[in-house]
Amino acid sequence: MLIPHPLLGLRDAQEFTYLGDASLIARPDGMAEGAEAAFAEYVYQRDNPAGLHRELWFHEQGDRSWLVVTRDTTTHEIIGAELARDVSLARREAGA
Amino acid sequence: MRFSGFRVLAEALTGHTGWRPLWRNPDPQPAYDYIIVGGGGHGLAAAYYLAKTFGKARIAVLEKGWLGSGNIGRNTTIIRSNYLLPGNQPFYEFSMKLWENLEQEFNFNAMVSQRGILNLIHSDGQRDAFRRRGNAILLSGADAELLNADQVRDMAPFLNFDNARFPIKGGLLQRRAGTARHDGVAWGYARGADLAGVDLIQNCEVTGFRIEGGAVRGVETSRGYIAAGKVGVAVAGSSSRVMQMAGMRLPIESHVLQAFVSEGLKPTIPGVITFGAGHFYVSQSDKGGLVFGGDLDGYNSYAQRGNLPTIEDVAEGGMALMPMIGRARLLRAWGGIMDMSMDGSPIIDKTPIDGLFLNAGWCYGGFKATPASGYAFAHLLATGTPHDTARGYRLDRFATGHVIDEKGVGATPNLH
Repeated sequence: MLIPHPLLGLRDAQEFTYLGDASLIARPDGMAEGAEAAFAEYVYQRDNPAGLHRELWFHEQGDRSWLVVTRDTTTHEIIGAELARDVSLARREAGA
Repeated sequence: MRFSGFRVLAEALTGHTGWRPLWRNPDPQPAYDYIIVGGGGHGLAAAYYLAKTFGKARIAVLEKGWLGSGNIGRNTTIIRSNYLLPGNQPFYEFSMKLWENLEQEFNFNAMVSQRGILNLIHSDGQRDAFRRRGNAILLSGADAELLNADQVRDMAPFLNFDNARFPIKGGLLQRRAGTARHDGVAWGYARGADLAGVDLIQNCEVTGFRIEGGAVRGVETSRGYIAAGKVGVAVAGSSSRVMQMAGMRLPIESHVLQAFVSEGLKPTIPGVITFGAGHFYVSQSDKGGLVFGGDLDGYNSYAQRGNLPTIEDVAEGGMALMPMIGRARLLRAWGGIMDMSMDGSPIIDKTPIDGLFLNAGWCYGGFKATPASGYAFAHLLATGTPHDTARGYRLDRFATGHVIDEKGVGATPNLH
C-alpha cells in the first residue's frame, strides 16, 4: 500500500505504524463529569466499519508526522491522507 | 447414518451407493425458540450442544453463505491449552478435553491428532516466563514440560539453534496439543446438530434484528422474517457489522491474518512449533504441506486477503527458524478476518438487549476454542448463566477493568 503523504508524496505503508480509528484524536476531558464512562468508550469501543475508515498512521521511519488516512477496509484502497495536526486544529476551530 | 469401519467396508463392497448427504437443507420455519446467527465452527457447535446436551428443540442456524465458509475453513488448525491467565486457561483446557473425545461424541472423523506443541525459548527471561506459564498450565490440570536445548534438538534437529539473534535455549512442550481437520470439525458439528433436529439454513443472511421494548423478537433475513425466543450471534470477523444492526458498538477491530501452505512433503515436522520471538509458527498437515503463519497485517481489514510485506516477514521468520523451509515451494497464501478484541480475549455474554447473546472477539485463537465456545454459548443460551469456565468473558469487562490481557499490551488490537 502507498500512502499519499501531504508533504512527502507517495510513501510505502511499511514506513508507517498503525494506531487505529481517527476518533482517537478526540480524547475526552478527564476532569469532566462522567469522564470514567467516556474514557471506557474512548479507549475500548470502536465503530470498526466495513468500507471507508478514517485512521491514524504514524510516519515512524519518515518525518514522524501523524496522518489521518482514509482507506476502504474492504479493498485496502487508500482514498486520501491529511496531517492529523490539520484535522485536530480544524476540529478545535469548529468548536467540537 | 452412523459412520464406522464396518460401514466403510460395506460401502466399498457395494460401490459406495449408500452414502447420503450429511445434513438436510430445510427452508426456514416462521419461528424458532433459538436462532444462532453464523454457521461457522462456533455457531454449529453451539447449536449442537444446545440440542444434544441441553435438550432444547426448535433451533435454527442461519448462515449467509455455506456452512463452515468463514474462519473455520481458513485457519491453521492448531489445538492447545497452554494459556497463562486464570480467566483463560480453564476454558481452553475444557476445550481440550472436549477435543479429546470429540470424534466419539459426534461420530465423525475430525482427524484430531495430539502431536504436541513446542514453544521455543531463546533467552533466560523467556525461560522464566515459560516456566511460570508451564506451572500455571499444570495448576489448571493440563500438561506442560520444560525442555532444554538438547531435548529440543532431539525432537526437531532441523531448527537453527545457533541463530545469532535468537539462539534456541529450550522449549515449553504441551504433548496433548496438536491439530485437527478444520473443515471436518464444522461438518461433524453440522451433521450432529442436524441429526438432533436443528435446522441448518444456508444462503440466509441476517439483515436486521427486530427489537421491541428492549428485547429481541426475531431477525430479518434475506429469506424473510424469522421470530425467535433467543438469538445468539457467533459471526467472528463480522461481529461489529452484525451487532451494529442491533445498535451496538463492540470493543473489537477486524484485522486480516494471513496463513500459508507449502507443497506436500514427506513427514518432516513432528508437531506444532512456534517461534514467538520472530512470530512464526509451523506444523505439517496430514497431506504433507507445511502450514505456517505469523503476524497480522496490522490495519483494519475486511478484505480476506493481506499484502506482500507480511508475507515477506513470515518468510523471513521461517528462514530464521528452520532454513530448510527455503527449499519448499509455497503453494498458497490466504487471509481471514479476525475479531481482534481490546484485550486479546473473547466475549461470550448476554447483551444489553434481552434475549440477544454474543459470541465474539476470538482474535486468532478461535479454532482451538470451537468445542468449548460452542458448549459455553449453548450453556449461556439455555440457562441464562455463563458456563463456569467462561465467566470472565464478559462484554462489560472493559468498562469495569476486568480485562483478560494474556499478552499485557493493552487496548491495541493489532498487537494481541
